[in-house]
Amino acid sequence: MKALVAVKRVIDYNVRIRVKADNTGVETANTKMSMNPFDEIAVEEAVRLKEDGIVTEIVVATIGIPKCQETLRTALAMGADHAILVETEADMEPLAVAKILKVLVEKKEIDLVLAGKQAIDDDSNQTGQMLAALLGWPQGTFASNVAIKDGKAEIVREVDGGLETISLTLPAIITTDLRLNEPRYASLPNIMKAKQKPLDIVKAEELGIDVGSRLKLLKVEEPTKREAGTKVESVTELVEKLKNEAGALG
Amino acid sequence: MSVLVVAEHDETGIQPATRHTIAAACELNTDTHLLLAGKGDIESASRIEGVVKVLVASDEQYNHALAENLAPLVVKLACDYSHVLAPATTFGKNVLPRVAALLDVAQISDIVRILSADTFVRPIYAGNALATVQSLDPIKVITVRTTAFKAVSAEGGSATIEAVEVTKASNLSSFLRQELSKSERPELTSARIIISGGRGMQNGENFKLLEEIADRLGAAIGASRAAVDAGFVPNDYQVGQTGKIVAPDLYIAVGISGAIQHLAGMKDSKVIVAINKDEEAPIFQVADYGLVEDLFKALPALAEELDKVL
Repeated sequence: MKALVAVKRVIDYNVRIRVKADNTGVETANTKMSMNPFDEIAVEEAVRLKEDGIVTEIVVATIGIPKCQETLRTALAMGADHAILVETEADMEPLAVAKILKVLVEKKEIDLVLAGKQAIDDDSNQTGQMLAALLGWPQGTFASNVAIKDGKAEIVREVDGGLETISLTLPAIITTDLRLNEPRYASLPNIMKAKQKPLDIVKAEELGIDVGSRLKLLKVEEPTKREAGTKVESVTELVEKLKNEAGALG
Repeated sequence: MSVLVVAEHDETGIQPATRHTIAAACELNTDTHLLLAGKGDIESASRIEGVVKVLVASDEQYNHALAENLAPLVVKLACDYSHVLAPATTFGKNVLPRVAALLDVAQISDIVRILSADTFVRPIYAGNALATVQSLDPIKVITVRTTAFKAVSAEGGSATIEAVEVTKASNLSSFLRQELSKSERPELTSARIIISGGRGMQNGENFKLLEEIADRLGAAIGASRAAVDAGFVPNDYQVGQTGKIVAPDLYIAVGISGAIQHLAGMKDSKVIVAINKDEEAPIFQVADYGLVEDLFKALPALAEELDKVL
């Protein structure tokens, strides 16, 4: 079974973001970038499926500027076999990303797609579901356990009420939640080996699909800041303030 | 044109998230229709304030809201509507992007404000920035952050009921089982008071200390990602960017340091209390009332103190 893992290069989760002064977006220049943490979990899951003999080959793909090659190399060092960068300067919306991934899935004859459930920059949580729709495949979103056997994927999903288990026919798309696995750190020998692994670059416009924007970003602003309040000295003072000052005890 | 809301509901009834979403729909247009797919409480649906028509697709393929079956139904109905809305819960987040892609339109996630029929505000970067976006699509497919819109009443409406033709089942997916947390306490996303524990709780056993307080206040119990990752409590307790977004009247954070991703899930609470022995913890920067004390001393004392005043 051939797996595709879709990854995104985002501002590192430890960085405190800054909104640009002209309100056109968030500052990314001179900012530490990393692989979206949910996508790391997707790469790890694919590598584990390969180690278990279920997946035979892992293709990792991303869409973006030439620097995104770093993110692909990280995935290759973790255990992916082959990488594809769909190069573009444009900020692609989830629908456009899904359309591009669909082309890759068909070209590379993919049977299983893994992706993070959301990217921590735009927090959209859409691409996996959209790709599933375009391919007519089933989707296992927010996965916290994946078991593939007898031509089916059994997915445990993290839902608001608890956990839900569903069964999907294959091929299928799985989007990963936090507790699916703990991604490995790439070892130095594997980082060296990853430099020799194939990384293809294609231009987004060469794919011949409509990736135009459907949304116009009018502005990006900082939310109103919450001010720190007061420190209380004791539980007694806390309860007194909650009752009489904040009126929060009913 | 009218607005279609896809109801989140199950055998226990219609989820409160649905009524928050209807509130957003009513801001857009007064002609709000509610789609009830699968086995559902049609009677209750028709009484919800603001709903003009309930569309019923009672076929068992829609039970458990499998996206592969539900999305084609919504797509078939969508052409008669200007907007299709669902709550930004795991239900809506699962189904609506699939609907949008089948319609070849964008999906707008997690809106917190409606500026006009095509312009919306939504948080990005865990709520550390707010984006204003304008949709250029003919049909706007939107998930709604429930805490940003006050729920309409469950009573007062008198909607007409209309059966809709069901779609063909996909047979791509099937529901096997669910393990839902059972609790006598209010549900996190609709609770008026929440008390949450973090890594400082040290283990799951110690959450009993929070239960003592929750029982006195009628509060729901939440947790930080650290506490869930450490296995203290199940995943459905998690409050944060990737867990539940809450905005109660009172949020009490106990032994929670206040990572960005946790703050993203609770910083719109009306009053925030932080109890932490580390006075440098970032949670104090958003707390209205901060108490620097060991939680194992503070919680029993808080229980006693509450008994005096309640």
